[in-house]
Amino acid sequence: MDATKSKSLRETAAHVRLNALKAVVSAGSGHIGGSLSITDILTALYFHQMKVDVKNPKWEGRDRLVLSKGHCSPALYGVLAEKGFFPKEELKDFRQIDSRLSGHVEISVPGVDMSTGSLGQGLSAAVGMALAAGMDKVDYRVYAIMGDGEIEEGQIWEAAMSAGHYKLDNLVAIVDNNNLQIDGQITDVMSPYPIDKKFDSFNWNTIVIDGHDMDQIIDAFDQAEKTKGKPTAIIAKTVKGKGVSFMENVAGWHGKAPDQTQYEAAVSEIEAYLEEVRG
Amino acid sequence: MAEQYATRLAYGDALAEYGSKEDVVVLDADLACCTMSGNFADKYPERFRNIGIAEANMMSIAAGIATTGKNVFASSFAMFAAGRAWEQVRNSIGYPRLNVKVVGTHSGVSVGEDGATHQALEDIAIMRAIPGMLVVSPSDAIETKAAVKALMDYEGPAYLRVGRIPADIINDTPDYKFELFKGYEMREGNDAAILATGLMVQEALKAHDILKAQGINARIIDIHTIKPLDEEIVLKAAKETGAIITVEEHNILGGLGGAVAELLSEKCPTRLLRIGMKDEFGKSGKPQDLFKKFGLNADNISQQVITFINK
Repeated sequence: MDATKSKSLRETAAHVRLNALKAVVSAGSGHIGGSLSITDILTALYFHQMKVDVKNPKWEGRDRLVLSKGHCSPALYGVLAEKGFFPKEELKDFRQIDSRLSGHVEISVPGVDMSTGSLGQGLSAAVGMALAAGMDKVDYRVYAIMGDGEIEEGQIWEAAMSAGHYKLDNLVAIVDNNNLQIDGQITDVMSPYPIDKKFDSFNWNTIVIDGHDMDQIIDAFDQAEKTKGKPTAIIAKTVKGKGVSFMENVAGWHGKAPDQTQYEAAVSEIEAYLEEVRG
Repeated sequence: MAEQYATRLAYGDALAEYGSKEDVVVLDADLACCTMSGNFADKYPERFRNIGIAEANMMSIAAGIATTGKNVFASSFAMFAAGRAWEQVRNSIGYPRLNVKVVGTHSGVSVGEDGATHQALEDIAIMRAIPGMLVVSPSDAIETKAAVKALMDYEGPAYLRVGRIPADIINDTPDYKFELFKGYEMREGNDAAILATGLMVQEALKAHDILKAQGINARIIDIHTIKPLDEEIVLKAAKETGAIITVEEHNILGGLGGAVAELLSEKCPTRLLRIGMKDEFGKSGKPQDLFKKFGLNADNISQQVITFINK
């Protein structure tokens, strides 16, 4: 990937971070930590990788994304608003009674391909979409993003087995490996490690990357697309709260909103980063 | 003796018979040979996928397939389709209102010798509790085929409940007509009204004859669509007979009896007797012996009706 594109994606990701923070601070609640850890991946998907049509969100030939960790709606809504699926102004109504932007991701929102929220179900839904593409002999690709805590759910491994069995090479699963879940470190609560070997043993192609490095993210998507006869699992090493120093690697920021002072500090930090990227 | 034809077999046959439409996709969880969805798989292998023994995965896969505009039938034993995968059905299918038909075969005690772990007696209640979920429980093979055909034309989540055992064909009449959402009056009568569902409709018909011999005219209504309940036919029966009996191969809590009790208590308080499993588990045994043991055969039903209306 050329440097200009990479730079542009980093800039966009910073705007998505601001969108996610705006949503959460307006709502006074929401899952910011895990949203910031997947922001770079989501930005790479929607601004580089996926075939989507903002004017026709239900276009049958589109690539699909299932955000299996559906509590990270601030990031998905943030990226969809940035892309233009709906007005950015709506983000300030996140989680409000008259808003279509609920706490967890919903299919009724333009650009969203599957309702999620109950952990462990999204990879199966993505398997269903990938199977349907095969039945219809169409070439869209399906992406699913899961948390590393989420893969403690047994259904994830049922889904992994079925994707390997059906050789779904149009399916890419991304594990947001930020190492934290609500109750603490995943290694303390219930270790899912080794993650790559588990997917490998279910007959997946596996790639381990730095989930905040745009070049590595895009390169992994390219490798996945070239891999035939197997689904690909990208284990993305990430930092919960990435981009806001006081939120980074702190489990307490899993599901809490910043107050106004913290919000302003976070915005300043991201804006400073934006200046740095722009040079 | 009437011709015997299991409703699960009718399900598989109907999928094969009416499943030519390209949007129909069928999934099973390693029970295609028993739910009879295998009959569809033999004819349309390109639109059938076996998901293995993983019902939760199957229901969420069904949801994912449905998002692409397909009409998905996902079958397993009722215990697992409705029971094990309940939360997947609720959140992946019900909440996004996806076009998935959850099909539970081997419902009720008539599973027989396999015993209590495989006899779903709660599935109507838990499926009915999901907002927007249609619940259909046909009485014989003819009605099952009609229901499958109707569900192929119905857009939205639904639960179809069928049984394991070969059962009498009771709807081979020239004027039989299946309408989703509508109860079906099979026998006239104004002394009491028996509302039955699934295989219990057959027992109710036999009970009708026993009662008639004793001078009691019991109206028999087949409630194949339990949700939404045909309020009109139930309220009419309540007003005209003053004595309602529900019969189901299911816990009397939350199923047909529960649904009728909810309706009557709000709109037309009427004496009500709920016949079914009395908050208990089933057990191993021959289906007919189990019906007898749990008060679900025609003799038991007619006796309970007599006691009830003479109170």
